[in-house]
Amino acid sequence: METVKLTIDNKQVEVPKGTTIYKAAKKLGIDIPVLCYMELHDLGVENKPAGCRICVVEVEGRRNLAPSCSTACIEGMVVKTHTTRVINARRTVMELILSDHPKDCLTCPKSGRCELQDMAIKLGIREIPGQEYAEMSTYRKDFSPSIIRDVDKCIMCRRCETMCNEVQTVGALSAVNRGFMAVVAPAFEQDLEKSPCTYCGQCVAVCPTGALTEVDHTAKVIRAIADPNKTVLVQTAPAVRAALGEEFGLKPGTLVTGKMVAALRQIGFDYIFDTDFAADLTIMEEGTELLDRLTRFLDGDKSVKLPILTSCCPAWVNFFEHNFTDMLDVPSSAKSPQQMFGAIAKSYFAEKLGKKREELVVVSVMPCLAKKYECQRDEFKVDGNPDVDFSITTRELAHLIKEFNINFEELPDEDFDRPLGESTGAAVIFGATGGVIEAAVRTAYEIYTGKSLSKIDFTELRGMEGIRSATIDFNGLPINIGIAHGLGNARKLLEEVRSGKANFHAIEVMACPGGCIGGGGQPLHHGDSSIIKARMEAIYREDAGKPIRKSHENPYIIKLYEEFLGKPMSEKAHHLLHTHYFNKKKDVYIK
Amino acid sequence: MSHIKLELKPEQVAKIKEICKSFNNDPGELINVLHRTQETFGYLPAEVQEVVAAELNIPVAKVYGVVTFYSFFTMLPKGKHPISICTGTACYVRGAEKVLDEFKRILNVKVGETTPDGNFSLNCLRCVGACGLAPVVLIGEKVYGRVSPDGVKDILKEYQEQQ
Repeated sequence: METVKLTIDNKQVEVPKGTTIYKAAKKLGIDIPVLCYMELHDLGVENKPAGCRICVVEVEGRRNLAPSCSTACIEGMVVKTHTTRVINARRTVMELILSDHPKDCLTCPKSGRCELQDMAIKLGIREIPGQEYAEMSTYRKDFSPSIIRDVDKCIMCRRCETMCNEVQTVGALSAVNRGFMAVVAPAFEQDLEKSPCTYCGQCVAVCPTGALTEVDHTAKVIRAIADPNKTVLVQTAPAVRAALGEEFGLKPGTLVTGKMVAALRQIGFDYIFDTDFAADLTIMEEGTELLDRLTRFLDGDKSVKLPILTSCCPAWVNFFEHNFTDMLDVPSSAKSPQQMFGAIAKSYFAEKLGKKREELVVVSVMPCLAKKYECQRDEFKVDGNPDVDFSITTRELAHLIKEFNINFEELPDEDFDRPLGESTGAAVIFGATGGVIEAAVRTAYEIYTGKSLSKIDFTELRGMEGIRSATIDFNGLPINIGIAHGLGNARKLLEEVRSGKANFHAIEVMACPGGCIGGGGQPLHHGDSSIIKARMEAIYREDAGKPIRKSHENPYIIKLYEEFLGKPMSEKAHHLLHTHYFNKKKDVYIK
Repeated sequence: MSHIKLELKPEQVAKIKEICKSFNNDPGELINVLHRTQETFGYLPAEVQEVVAAELNIPVAKVYGVVTFYSFFTMLPKGKHPISICTGTACYVRGAEKVLDEFKRILNVKVGETTPDGNFSLNCLRCVGACGLAPVVLIGEKVYGRVSPDGVKDILKEYQEQQ
């Protein structure tokens, strides 16, 4: 590999040809401030429009300052990263960015976690000269079921555009207009709801300012808890326990399951349940559906569609409803764990309590923004009453805990309530890419072969690679499994399936890079993919520590079928736990 | 940006498809495709952009982004006689603004607007490369040089009489 030698702040460094000054400096431990730049190393994502100019440095012999994020190193280059000229330029750039930025930081939902605010602090900005000349844009706020766009706060870093177009290939967002009016917006500046947006929330996860935030339901949750006529149930998704601790300064990858349960109990929820229970239920239904389709296919039934696609991820569901409308009968008809939980809570559990469904409020804590949209879908309501009333994110739960003045770190470990709080290791791994299909394999293998698994861990299904495949031996029958995370990867895999190039029996898709642990509702990773990896390790650690690790062995799942549902894919199970999909392609844009 | 809703006729859709095809449906040719499409339709309404996006296999948001970035592209129909006034440096110092004001006064429209009868639309541009003739006004493809505010009325008369 060809390399170049250069000097940065009087220190020598040798880097591969083509390396940017920013990265070469990083190698020397010099952290040049950046704002628009973002790199997600393990996902191969780099956003460097060189638009903000915060990262400028002085290069000897060069007339103007160079943006270090996008200037390649040259042999013999002499770079200075903090001369007076550089510091002045950075400050001026920052003052100009702030000149037309709203100043409502005190009440901004991003306050405290805003990269623009952090940069203003870092650069010691105390006044904003020239703001009287700036033209403030006055865009209307766009409220979708999941995401709020307040683009007056957009600084045109275009990270969201990179995530939406290059990583997710959704194409809902693009830079529009110019000058003071330049922002990132959907086509024709229509509402997000009319765009092909899937609500995956990856744009929110990378937005450095308050331009893109989640719809906050915490106030509604507090109101429900305060209402003496309501019984409030909470369910927590697998990925939440692996990331919530980060919001309280704990190391990424710290498992806080017990503390989370204790906190929810202190907040005042009546029953602390686990989405993991519903994940086990999902495996029973989806696994049975897989085996049913598989055996019919092997018997020569031509009406059977394979591969079966997982359907737990609501952003993925939105994606194929927009983009693969010819394949709507391919995904599993099983509802997502969130919705299965809601349906069981407001039927089976309501019966047990002797209460009407209207007296129950089901709250879900999710690593996800699309879940907010999902629980509002009409098909998940009975007479207008939704199975899941409110979905809040991991970040919102952290807010709640802080607002309730709970000392999170000092909390004792507590257990979930029963019956809907009992779960297996198979359910926990739903939170990481490859986990759903691994959980399904653990159950489907044992049911299909009638044998007990000697090795529960299917490490060949794990990892961070965007598209993976593996063949699992079902007692002589090779089952081909595909896995994709990130919607761009899902699109590639699905196109191969559509063209007949790929031959899979089952495919797992998760919309967010890394799976739910990298969801749009998780604590912000600010472009550090090692955080996502740490969460993944935590998820598999939790699985390994569980006494039961196969969904069909969950005693409360067995009891649920005995007492209420009959058997997987029974008529009652179909009614409560399965759904269908809609062609949304025509809903887009101008009508 | 506001836009006018319209339903494209099948032959109009066919025409856009033909334009895209002449550029091999290459997304890299988006600007050229939009140029040619605007030449044909006079403007680029949302419905036209949707067809272009579908043909080039790119998000509509991208097409809209390009249309709103370049001042040459418009989502509003232009007048029968599009008026462009150069407000580049040379024309500006030789009184282009006064000429512009006179057009605005007589036609009673703002920059970027079209007269209610659809006859004239008024726009500014920056330098047509004829600085020796400053200030310069273009009506359709015809160039008028050394225009003074007093002369605006006579220029417009040429087009008003044509009808």
